[in-house]
Amino acid sequence: MATAVAPQQGGLFARPTAKTGWWSWMTTVDHKKIGILYGVTAFFFFIVGGVEALLIRAQLATPNGEVLSPAVYNQLFTMHGLTMIFFVVIPMGTALMNFLLPLMIGARDVAFPRLNAFSYWVFLSAGLFMYSAFLLGGAPDGGWFGYAPLSLDPVTDGMTYYSLGLQIAGIASLAGAINFIVTIINMRAPGMTLMRMPVFVWMTLITSFLLLFAVPVIGVALWELMFDRLFGANFFDPAAGADPLLWQHLFWLFGHPEVYIMILPAMGIVSEVLPAFSRKPLFGYPAIVFSGAAIAFMGWGVWAHHMFAAGLGPVANSAFALSTMFIAVPTGVKIFNWIGTIWGGSVRLTTPFLFSAGFVSMFIIGGLSGVTHSIVPHDAQQTDTYYVVGHLHYVLFGGSIFGLFSGIYYWWPKVFGRLLSEKIGKFHFLLMLVGFNLTFMPFHILGLLGMPRRQYYFPANRGFEVWNLLASIGAFTIAVSILVFLYNVAVSRKKGEAAGADPWDARTLEWMTTSPPPEHNFDAIPVVRHRDDFWYRKYITTPEGESARVFAGGAASDEEQHSSEAASDEPPSSSAEGASDREPNTAGAAPPESSSEERPHAGASAEEQGHGIHLPSPSYFPLLTAAGMPVIGYGFIYSPILLAAGAVMLLVGAFGWVLEPPAEEA
Amino acid sequence: MSAAHPPAEHPHTSTGLDNAKLAMWAFLGSECLFFGSFISTYLLYRNVTGDGPTSADLYDIPYTSISSFVLLMSSLTMVLALSSVQNGDRRAMRIWLMATAFLGLTFIGGQVFEFTTFVEEGLTLSTSAFGSSFFVLTGFHGAHVTIGILMLLGLTVMSSFGRLGPDDSRPVEVVGLYWHFVDIVWIVIFTVIYLIPSG
Ligand code: HEM
Ligand SMILES: [Cu+2]
Repeated sequence: MATAVAPQQGGLFARPTAKTGWWSWMTTVDHKKIGILYGVTAFFFFIVGGVEALLIRAQLATPNGEVLSPAVYNQLFTMHGLTMIFFVVIPMGTALMNFLLPLMIGARDVAFPRLNAFSYWVFLSAGLFMYSAFLLGGAPDGGWFGYAPLSLDPVTDGMTYYSLGLQIAGIASLAGAINFIVTIINMRAPGMTLMRMPVFVWMTLITSFLLLFAVPVIGVALWELMFDRLFGANFFDPAAGADPLLWQHLFWLFGHPEVYIMILPAMGIVSEVLPAFSRKPLFGYPAIVFSGAAIAFMGWGVWAHHMFAAGLGPVANSAFALSTMFIAVPTGVKIFNWIGTIWGGSVRLTTPFLFSAGFVSMFIIGGLSGVTHSIVPHDAQQTDTYYVVGHLHYVLFGGSIFGLFSGIYYWWPKVFGRLLSEKIGKFHFLLMLVGFNLTFMPFHILGLLGMPRRQYYFPANRGFEVWNLLASIGAFTIAVSILVFLYNVAVSRKKGEAAGADPWDARTLEWMTTSPPPEHNFDAIPVVRHRDDFWYRKYITTPEGESARVFAGGAASDEEQHSSEAASDEPPSSSAEGASDREPNTAGAAPPESSSEERPHAGASAEEQGHGIHLPSPSYFPLLTAAGMPVIGYGFIYSPILLAAGAVMLLVGAFGWVLEPPAEEA
Repeated sequence: MSAAHPPAEHPHTSTGLDNAKLAMWAFLGSECLFFGSFISTYLLYRNVTGDGPTSADLYDIPYTSISSFVLLMSSLTMVLALSSVQNGDRRAMRIWLMATAFLGLTFIGGQVFEFTTFVEEGLTLSTSAFGSSFFVLTGFHGAHVTIGILMLLGLTVMSSFGRLGPDDSRPVEVVGLYWHFVDIVWIVIFTVIYLIPSG
């Protein structure tokens, strides 16, 4: 079909070819490598944001603390919040989506591999751009929601960096969202209908739609802020008749969907982990999927619950109070689904399972304190106090971060081919759970006692001392637990046990291929006949309703003998205990599914095999195009010359992108 | 397109819609909220003119109607460009693409002229909230048209590299989607800004 096109190899637009080394990472378009880049970068920002939190807690450990000046304190809490939200939770979710999405739906890559690389580089530039503000006169200091007109204050360029940096981060999210949407809608393996997709894929789809529609709204708010700050526009200046509520509406119209953008991926992870370790299908799969969609839908109608103190009037307040209470319903549905999944299962108390259980229980607490906010008179007492900070950490840390760690422990062996230590992992979990509650439970009490948030010190003799000290001790406990995790990673890299293709006896397609997966993911694209298809290749349901292992020669060929053995002397109903000393498969990577039985169905893949599998070549242009963005950002602040330079980079990058040989369009 | 069509016995696992087109549709969905938010801002501020000129003092509806007409005509030439490439007539395609770009450029020229006139009459970005929201909304629309013009030029360059033809008309189609969207948004903006009376 490509008759009109004779891509000239070599020459001006030659594509890079390195498969290892620095350049291979800089030019990669492989979704798995990009996923790893996302994960490592997000984890780096997690450490940075964590250090900021520790500095905050050092300052607040005792009354009238003197560790930080007020100006620095403001920058630290703002950058802490921005980092954790935009540069940790979202990209860590994106990391897992990137790595897993094509594997889970049986695809060779995402729809637009170069756009995927572009998203990553834009995200990285946004983070570096924001942090460079510390060196260039002062970081953002107006809180993560940057309320205008306060954020118009021109003492430093900090909030200009905020307006531009988040704009850039938004472009990365938008490009990623479009990519994932197209991939999921168009590129599923034969038989992978929507209602057979793993829940993590569903949540990725829903999250992507939320990003698609939420990012432009904050984009507009940020542009308006930038025009006010740099070019004297009057969007937010009340002296010129502007409405100070405009920013709040635009921000929270984005901001509330944003909190679902942060929690839905974690919910997806938990919905994969709990069934795998309960050896049961997810309880009420359709309910989980539809409640996820309902949450995303209703999430657009609750934003003003962040503005109860702004004086919208009783009618608006009541309406938003009601919608907020209603949105707790689909959320509660999910909780029951997860509990129903564990119920009666043969539970294996592995580290990923524990983190998921931690997610469910901590998220319940955060969800309940959220419901207390929806009661308007109640919220009038709570808003802008530490109670809110307690709430948001129970959902973000107890929720998202626990969920993400569950995913990290669960998929680590798939990504790196080696298991993390269960012993150290459980210690990590325990320490983090204790530290987390020690830190954030006192926040509720402090808030109810009236301690305001975003204060750089607290006075003595108000009853705040004990709780603040406890919280600070807790914060450092969390920090230690992160060190334990890093130690676990180091041990695993050095002498971790080889994972084999399917160390957890799991249910979804990504476990069918080797760990780590080959560049082309699957030798033959699997044909899907069930939800949890991989499980049904391994097990059949006996007439008594029990699962029984299919032995070699059955539907699942090429299964390493080890697991069938494990299954025979360890029936599914075995105790939770027996599971934790599950022997990891050391027999090395099993060859991916390529049973002859598949061939007749997998006409496409057979054909592809004959011709060799075409994978997209690496490319320089995503990196170049992305690098133009922060240059444009600096240009807005410092000089038109930089602005022009950045624009040229964008243009050259975009034209190179279009004109380089279309090796990737298979 | 890829050879990965599922055998007939399997349920559909793809829309069958081309990936790039689907991506463009998704992006345009996002753009709706982008322009929607700017339009809301404008509606909030259209009477907040302070000491500066009001819309009644400034707007020249016949003039803007003409430039709007020019922009709408460019959608027609865009359609002609697509049908040319699909019929394998690359030369005609290039002509229609350039015509589209030219009409877009005319619209931008008209906008520049309008902006200059308004500034002379005393409305700038900083005069009032009305001024800010007017210039930024229409300015962003103009930026979209400009990017569209760059993409049209990009298509022309592509065809001189031997790309684009009856089997390879997708880029033209995708750019066309974008171009039509930008035109449709202008109809909304034109209605909201110029046709709904203020006061
Ligand atoms: C070591 C763990 C953490 C500690 C000790 C911690 C502590 C704090 C403290 C003391 C504040 C400032 C409260 C104020 O002055 O108003 C804060 C704010 C915040 N934190 Fe954390 N935090 C941690 C982890 C996280 C994580 C993992 C997330 C996100 C998933 C997060 C999200 C936020 C947000 C959104 C704010 C509000 C920022 C703002 O008001 O602009 N934090 N945190
Ligand atoms: Cu909210």
